[in-house]
Amino acid sequence: MTDKLAQPFQQPKTADAAERMVENVQGRSLWADARRRFIGNKAAMVSVVLLTLIVLFSIFGQSISEYDIETIDWDILGNVANAGQPSLSNGHFFGFDENGRDLYNRVVQGSRISLAVGVIGALVAVVVGTIYGATAGYLGGRVDSIMMRLVDIFMSIPYMFVLILLLVVAGRSITMIFVGIGLTAWLDMSRIVRGQTLSLKNREFVEAAVATGVPTWRIILRHIVPNLLGVVVVYATLLVPQMILTESFISFLGLGVQEPFTSWGALLSEGTKTMNYGMLWQLAFPLFFFVVTIFCFFFIGDGLRDALDPKDR
Amino acid sequence: MALLSIRDLNVNFQSMDGTVEAVKSISLDIEPGKCLGVVGESGSGKSQTFMAAMGLLAPNARTSGSVMLEGQEILGRSQNELNQIRGRDMSMIFQDPLTALTPHMKIGIQMEEMLNLHSNIRGAEAKKLCLDWMNRVHIPEARARLGQYPHELSGGMRQRVMIAMAMLNQPKLLIADEPTTALDVTVQAEILDLMHTLKTEENTAIALITHDMGVVARMCDDVQVMRHGQFVEGGTTDQIFSNPQEAYTQELLSAMPRIDGDDVRPDISPDAGTVLDVTDVEVTFDVKKPGGLIPRTLPLRAVRGVSFDLAEGETLGIVGESGCGKSTLARAVLQLIDPTQGSVAWLGRDLVGLSKSSLKPHRKDLQIVFQDPLASLDPRMTISASIEEPLKEFQPGLTRTQRLEVVADMMERVGLSANMINRYPHELSGGQNQRVGIARAMINKPRLIICDEAVSALDVSIQAQILTLLKDLQAEFGMSMLFISHDLSVVRSISNRIMVLYLGRVVEMASRDQIFDDPKHPYTMSLISAVPVPDPKVEASRQRIRLPGELPSPMDPGAMWRFLPSRKPEEGSVEMPGMTQVAPGHVVQEHDSIEDIHRLTPQA
Repeated sequence: MTDKLAQPFQQPKTADAAERMVENVQGRSLWADARRRFIGNKAAMVSVVLLTLIVLFSIFGQSISEYDIETIDWDILGNVANAGQPSLSNGHFFGFDENGRDLYNRVVQGSRISLAVGVIGALVAVVVGTIYGATAGYLGGRVDSIMMRLVDIFMSIPYMFVLILLLVVAGRSITMIFVGIGLTAWLDMSRIVRGQTLSLKNREFVEAAVATGVPTWRIILRHIVPNLLGVVVVYATLLVPQMILTESFISFLGLGVQEPFTSWGALLSEGTKTMNYGMLWQLAFPLFFFVVTIFCFFFIGDGLRDALDPKDR
Repeated sequence: MALLSIRDLNVNFQSMDGTVEAVKSISLDIEPGKCLGVVGESGSGKSQTFMAAMGLLAPNARTSGSVMLEGQEILGRSQNELNQIRGRDMSMIFQDPLTALTPHMKIGIQMEEMLNLHSNIRGAEAKKLCLDWMNRVHIPEARARLGQYPHELSGGMRQRVMIAMAMLNQPKLLIADEPTTALDVTVQAEILDLMHTLKTEENTAIALITHDMGVVARMCDDVQVMRHGQFVEGGTTDQIFSNPQEAYTQELLSAMPRIDGDDVRPDISPDAGTVLDVTDVEVTFDVKKPGGLIPRTLPLRAVRGVSFDLAEGETLGIVGESGCGKSTLARAVLQLIDPTQGSVAWLGRDLVGLSKSSLKPHRKDLQIVFQDPLASLDPRMTISASIEEPLKEFQPGLTRTQRLEVVADMMERVGLSANMINRYPHELSGGQNQRVGIARAMINKPRLIICDEAVSALDVSIQAQILTLLKDLQAEFGMSMLFISHDLSVVRSISNRIMVLYLGRVVEMASRDQIFDDPKHPYTMSLISAVPVPDPKVEASRQRIRLPGELPSPMDPGAMWRFLPSRKPEEGSVEMPGMTQVAPGHVVQEHDSIEDIHRLTPQA
């Protein structure tokens, strides 16, 4: 009685496998869908373009300037407010800072440090947090309890205090900032990932994998983590500006990167000190890059969240 | 004059992939006191037609045509005007009673809200009316229920509350969108009875949206068949069932496995060797009991001592209502859940207590097909990657091309075109995804496949295809099957033997024909009598066997004695009813006669 209905699904058999592969239809993956939706999001796409320009600026910006970050122009020193204004003609595009150094190069260099801190800090947090959270969530039971209580303990320590202590005791260096920020940033990530894993691990496709005999670690890597990526990617883009803000705050307090190197936070800190002496540009230029970057990341994060939202699928 | 009259209704949805025409020039009429069945498979636009009539369409929908309720046009009205009509003149019952009630509001408050919106009945009078309706939909202890939250009620109870709520303002039209699909057969039968009473006593017009021809045969006066958003055929129920004109209607009717069908399923030859021997398996979960400072845990005995064996190439059907432990039993057999007690012997070797690594060689032979085809496939993997995964585990020597070759062969064997190899699960239909699930289970040529409600989520015609596929595969590869379902007609069409579970215990086990032709246990009888038959004449003459009371909670220690009230032991006893053999291969749990059960059960 049912053979009639089954008919349309039967395909004529072809012997040659290679021949069959040729006519494979490329699947429309969830990622392809997400990409399409993301490209349709104007704010996010503008942000991507702006962010690319800022990254290019931080990498190659130095090459169009004849100055460097630490040479002091002694002629200007003491008269920066009048003589050190931004000028295209003398090559000091962003003017001078209060010590007579070329601000353009310092902004380029500061952008590089801030972006690096943001991206690398977020990356470390994401990798560590994802693996830690997915493991805790998937294994469950006592292992989960111990791992998550550990996270609770870390979270209960005021991290700014730890960070400042670390920088004071171990000395100010970029490495210490990475270590300090990385130590705390993965905690939130691991919690989010654990929660997601808990809901994933009871899904039938994971059960199917268990029934097939796939080992635990491979289930985590092949089935759990790829399905977490949507959440993780979104959270990572929101984590980058958070990292940049943290670093800026530390540098603003004067505990961040060491002279002659600088970062957006340090530049802003110097800028606020001199803005009352008619050197508003010293604040305006780093502030512009800082604000634009943070906004870009927020818009991209928003765009990704919309694009990856399963409800729209 | 017709109460609701729909003329040339079109519904389009604007989506990113272009315009989707969900409903194409549908016309229908419903008279007061009549029940119109709107039948069709998923995607036929049957729900959208009535969502349009209620003004509940998604914002990206465009409609044209006309929907007249008592001569008033519904389409194009503002939300405010629609709110006046909805709930007062027409109400809707949804498929899932779990999500249709607001979880944080007490039942009574939610019901009174309906009254507040559409009438000026307030206070004590409103409470009385709510209570009155709760009684009329046969909710036991109605007064206490009004103060409870939705999660404290069972699914069937919640659906009754939904109906009571929908009927509070005495609407002239009740739209029921698959009202019983999510419910067990016995509960379904009760809800249908209730709706029938409303129709005859209150003269309410009912639009019953369903895919189940059996429900239509039991309930409806007129039928309208829809497919792909278009009208296929309409007429009185007798006409449609006795003399369907369109090929599609005939297919729908014939595709549905019938509980009174005359198809045969040959017995397994008696010398086939036993492959699986399950003895006294028990599974106990710890359930947290709230209250007190330290939460206590209570044992929930999901499966309590089930024994059966399975011969090579045999299909054992496992039926029972939700919460009877059938899925838990399946997972205990596969060692996905550790049984608390008992043994599961596979080819003479006990699997219980084996370590993961010593269990792995057996995993090749023991496979499972799940209920929800989409959820059982990894959404981030192409379907070929999913099918391929067991191969990677058990035949690591194969190269990628060899594996793809095997996968492509299996895909064609289960009726999927091999050029879909790079597709993702969300691009395929439910039936296609279930074929993928079967291909994944079959790829290593296992000797036992457990189908856990494998066809329950599918449309009837797809259901028939999948059942045929499973039977064909079994004939070809000779594997044994455990076929778990709440749908007795489906189980009947595929099983050699059938086991009926009730609260984690076997109440009856026999060959397929013994169970359906000569059921002994009252529970089996009530299950069989509750299944609707897609034939209005048979439906009219069938007698329903009803059991007193609600399905008790598995936590209730007395629940086991529901069918043997004459010998119910003292509180705290661990004794359970025994099993007796009534015929060769036919075992039944001890029970009282139905009359005695009715007489001895205290009425709620």
